[in-house]
Amino acid sequence: MKFWSCVRAIAWKDILSELRTREIICSVLVFAVLILVIFNFAFDLNPDLIRQIAPGILWVAFAFSGVLALNRTFIPEKEENCLEGLMACPVAREAIYVGKAIGSLFFMLLIEIIILPIFALLFNVAVIQPELIVVTLLATVGFVAVGTIFSALAVNTRAREMVLPILFLPVVSPIIIASVKASAISLAGQSWRDMTIWLAIIIVFDIIYLTVPVLVFPFVVEE
Amino acid sequence: MNNVTATPTAPPAVETVGLAKSFGNFKAIRGLDLKVPAGSSLAVFGPNGAGKTTLIKILASIMRPTSGKVLIEGLELKDDAEGVRAKLGLVAHQSYLYGNLSAWENLDFYARMYGVEDRVKRVSEVLDLVSMTARRYDRFSTFSRGMQQRMAIARALLHRPSVLLLDEPETGLDQQALGAMWDIIRREEAGKRTVIFTSHSFERALSVCDDIIIIERGRLAFKERACNMNLGSLKKKYGECTAAVKP
Repeated sequence: MKFWSCVRAIAWKDILSELRTREIICSVLVFAVLILVIFNFAFDLNPDLIRQIAPGILWVAFAFSGVLALNRTFIPEKEENCLEGLMACPVAREAIYVGKAIGSLFFMLLIEIIILPIFALLFNVAVIQPELIVVTLLATVGFVAVGTIFSALAVNTRAREMVLPILFLPVVSPIIIASVKASAISLAGQSWRDMTIWLAIIIVFDIIYLTVPVLVFPFVVEE
Repeated sequence: MNNVTATPTAPPAVETVGLAKSFGNFKAIRGLDLKVPAGSSLAVFGPNGAGKTTLIKILASIMRPTSGKVLIEGLELKDDAEGVRAKLGLVAHQSYLYGNLSAWENLDFYARMYGVEDRVKRVSEVLDLVSMTARRYDRFSTFSRGMQQRMAIARALLHRPSVLLLDEPETGLDQQALGAMWDIIRREEAGKRTVIFTSHSFERALSVCDDIIIIERGRLAFKERACNMNLGSLKKKYGECTAAVKP
């Protein structure tokens, strides 16, 4: 009970703080929309080409705006050294990680909810499909789970804006690749059965990325 | 190593046994044995880099010791870190409070983290204690250094800790703010709470502490009852302890 009440408190604190400043949401949204617009003008789009490149463009927008958002995850904890304040609280270190990850998940999903209609408008594709929504949800969970731990690692480095993508993107690439493939199948109007293998890959990596960071987080913040 | 003071009946509020902490080849704390009786106050002196902040961070369970034991009111830190942390209040160099949240929201957040019962009442109480009630809805980032330090003390006292750790709490405060800070610390549950603080102010230590220790290069170099010392003798001892180990 104590664990989850602390998780809720941390996630709520992050959401409240972000709603005050809108630092993450505004900067990430501008960046994501810019990516979509540039790709939209870069290609001479026809239905065939859209089917081929749209899933990749969508996940480029999600992934790079996600990195930008995750870079900010532990910055508020660095100012006034608040992470130490959290560590001094009578709660398991893992609760800090889970709380921060849930806060980041909220921001990522919010950004995706805004990006998807813009993507649909620019590329003329139907995004309100249960398959695409499930793929996006599952991939975002794994993306944020592993991104939060790398964000905690990178926040104490001088060049954190560079360190996070260098460390994080290679690790998360299995989820991104599987998501691009599953999204392509979904946007092509194929069935669940056609994307089973890609969904399975995303779920397996979700499990790994939800388990390992919880185990290593105490060591990351203490040393 | 000897005790700072001995109380044969109750376990010490804070006890360290052979405490050591290394950062690579650098030994920040070297086999520190310490006993601080319940309800007493201990001032920790030492030059920069002596290991004062490392000691406070280990006691607060923010940092793991390389070896040795830490016991808070008889509870060993590594066996029950969460139980130990619930007994501790910490005021460090920084406030640990969020600039984008108001005074109330900050304290309410930490009250949740510490599982404080009757949260609203307690947050109101500590805001009143540090005279910040009028500014409770203002963002923390708008406060002066003195106000921020008062808020840091409010955060540390929120869960009524039996042991209060203060790491150079006087940094950046003027004389009036210093007086107010110590007044707040002593006012609430005076006499029941154990206070350990690191400082560079000999005068302050002599006026508020029961015991004094000097740490040099992670070792306990000196210990004495504050009542047995005056400003001159303390300064002389500090000079001897810190000069003795210089290369």
